[in-house]
Amino acid sequence: MSLAATQKKGFGAFLWDYLTTVDHKKIAHLYLAGGGFFFLLGGIEAVIIRIQLIKPENDFISAGLYNEMITMHGTTMIFLAAMPILLGLMNAAMPLQIGARDVAFPFLNSLGFWLFMFGGILLNLSWFLDGAPDAGWTSYAALAMDSPGHGVDFYVAGLQIAGAGTLMGGINFLVTVVTMRAPGMTYMRMPLFTWATFITSVLILFAFPALTINLFLLMFDRMFGTAFFDVSLGGNTIIWQHLFWIFGHPEVYILILPLFGLFSDVFSTFSRKRLFGYTAMVFATMLIAFLGFMVWAHHMFTVGLGPVANSIFAVATMAIAVPTGIKIFNWLATMWGGSVKINAAMLWALGFIPSFTIGGMTGVMLGSAVADFQYHDTYFVVAHFHYVIVGGTVFGIFCGLHYWWPLLFGKILNETMGKLTFWTFFIGFHLTFFIQHFLGLMGMPRRYWVFLENQGLDLGNLISTIGAFFMSFAVIVFLINIVHTAVKGEKAPADPWDGRTLEWATESSPPPYYNFKQLPLTRGLDPLWIEKTEGKGHMTPAEPLGDVHMPNGSFLPFLMSLGFFVAGLGFIYQTDEKLWYIALYGGMAFALLMMIIRSVKDDHGYYIKKEEFEREAE
Amino acid sequence: MSHDHSLYPETMPQNPEKATLEGKNKFLGLWFFLGGETVLFASLFGTYLALKDSTAGGPSSEELFGLELVFIMTVLLLTSSLTSVYAMYHMRNNDFKKMQLWLGITALLGIGFLGLEIYEFSHYITEYGFTFRSSAFGSAFYALVGFHGGHVTFGICWIIALMIRNARRGLNLYNAPKFNTYSLYWHYIDVIWVFVFTVVYLMGKVG
Repeated sequence: MSLAATQKKGFGAFLWDYLTTVDHKKIAHLYLAGGGFFFLLGGIEAVIIRIQLIKPENDFISAGLYNEMITMHGTTMIFLAAMPILLGLMNAAMPLQIGARDVAFPFLNSLGFWLFMFGGILLNLSWFLDGAPDAGWTSYAALAMDSPGHGVDFYVAGLQIAGAGTLMGGINFLVTVVTMRAPGMTYMRMPLFTWATFITSVLILFAFPALTINLFLLMFDRMFGTAFFDVSLGGNTIIWQHLFWIFGHPEVYILILPLFGLFSDVFSTFSRKRLFGYTAMVFATMLIAFLGFMVWAHHMFTVGLGPVANSIFAVATMAIAVPTGIKIFNWLATMWGGSVKINAAMLWALGFIPSFTIGGMTGVMLGSAVADFQYHDTYFVVAHFHYVIVGGTVFGIFCGLHYWWPLLFGKILNETMGKLTFWTFFIGFHLTFFIQHFLGLMGMPRRYWVFLENQGLDLGNLISTIGAFFMSFAVIVFLINIVHTAVKGEKAPADPWDGRTLEWATESSPPPYYNFKQLPLTRGLDPLWIEKTEGKGHMTPAEPLGDVHMPNGSFLPFLMSLGFFVAGLGFIYQTDEKLWYIALYGGMAFALLMMIIRSVKDDHGYYIKKEEFEREAE
Repeated sequence: MSHDHSLYPETMPQNPEKATLEGKNKFLGLWFFLGGETVLFASLFGTYLALKDSTAGGPSSEELFGLELVFIMTVLLLTSSLTSVYAMYHMRNNDFKKMQLWLGITALLGIGFLGLEIYEFSHYITEYGFTFRSSAFGSAFYALVGFHGGHVTFGICWIIALMIRNARRGLNLYNAPKFNTYSLYWHYIDVIWVFVFTVVYLMGKVG
């Protein structure tokens, strides 16, 4: 591939390019498109849930369908919307922030995306085939083993495939940060978002295998008649809960830590000030990640683990408030005395602080084991985790999209529409979820499809549903904004925000596919800002102009994932009809064949010749 | 990185498996992967420990296990770890033939281990009616030991594929990291077996 070949192309070539790409910037596009699609799907499910609860004893949807809605809303939003969008943002910015030309394993990067996509499609196919899973996103074994039809089987197979993809993404980012940093980019000069990506990847690495095993156990029990959760043969359903939360609690930090990193970068950029307490921020992130593995049983206070276990996990849980508090105060101190510029990206970051802090405080309340017996399985819990996941993760995703849209697509999102989205979403979010704290305290249990009249729950639920409409409106405005920007938006300069970090130091927006002709030399924290304040304005190259090594694109990741997808269908349906073993073994054999091809065919990549750069410069 | 990947004894770098960025990445990536595998096996060990006494009226671990067979399996697998070290030693001396020889011996020892494990499983199933489905203990036992066996199987296929693929072209900077990552993986599988041997078989016999 030469530079000229990247110019104008037809739609077929465009499609083929994305199906075979190993470029981290294009994989970011794919992740955002895939994750965005599932975000809309999960959002529609949320609105359906809220419409069902708009008035007492509503019959908008049936009880069974309601169970499927809440299950799929949670599963979709966490595994198929939030995580992929985060992986997309990491792919878009992290390699640039450390001054790398690509990630350590470009092929694996692409495979990770396609596994997620096919896993997500498999999970959602359940709507059309046998009914969706209906045992809640936590799919507790006692409930999941009893669920008729194939819904839960789709949950097992879909998440297994998508989870494998996430694990690959995590390993890829870890190695990238360790080995691919540009000259001078020491660990303690990395932007906070890169740090957060690194630490999040550690969490992915150590959390996801527990889910893998758990899903295997459930699969063996449901599809092959084993007895892990079969109490009559000595099984124990609590094993599911332990393994699920050993994965599940780090998972919520996987969802929030990348955004902590992003907000740090955004606050620092738009306050035109160095991040306050950089070192403390790095170590607070590590501490949160470490403690995140020590608190899983606070989801299980009412299981009956005993007062000693409950006390230990309660104390560990409340301890997490300390590093989180350090972060909140450091963000405030970063803005203190800075020349703060408020635009759409910054609005999301500002809105995040109070929203997330409320979620954190209810978290400490829930962390008290004694009080938790009262809150458990009520709307108080629902309000709490939406305050952290929406107020933290979703706010962060919107912030990141506004901030990095020029990096991703070379254009700046419309500010007016961006602000409209923020305000309607912000108001709608608090309308929906603030009142749910009180609904929960008044005793409204979560996951029930109706509530009775005149129990003090009517008005609260109505307000909550109205808030959901506000949020839907905000998302629609955001979609219009995307289309508007794509059609009419102005071309963004390479450094539209007067940035501080290396992702703004490329020659154009979006960056060329090789990122940097010459790797930049980093001379300290906020490398680009240093060059600006010292009057130079651009990075000093760390190497002479030379040949650049690039990875080859490949169609194999797509085909491998397709093989696993077919095998997944085989696993699900072989319990009904032995013929499906053909799909099971066929899909596996096909995926294995693709792996052997990958292994046997040498892939040395290619070089962009120095002369091509020189010709281009003329 | 040079465009010519072939290795000659006189120009060969000290550690061919880590001489290129790709090689370093593979090395590090595999270490991280093994970190994840540790959690994977820890989850299985936890499940096993929780369910090992849930025999549902079937045979218990004391009645089932015979330490003689497991001892031979252990010797085979641990020896294969040693032979893979010899193979890596010859790789660093750029002696391709001897590396292939020791890798071949490693694979044979692995196959021997696997054969005995299959015999062990079929013995339990036919003699004792102890299966994946007969009790929670059975499920947990076959899941843990079977996952390990699956990893051994994968390792054997991996090394055979590598040996055949590179049989005629010798070592170069492109394939040296591949042999090295295989060897790391193989050591790891042996370490896991040490834990399986202790937790499942020894503790099953006396605990």
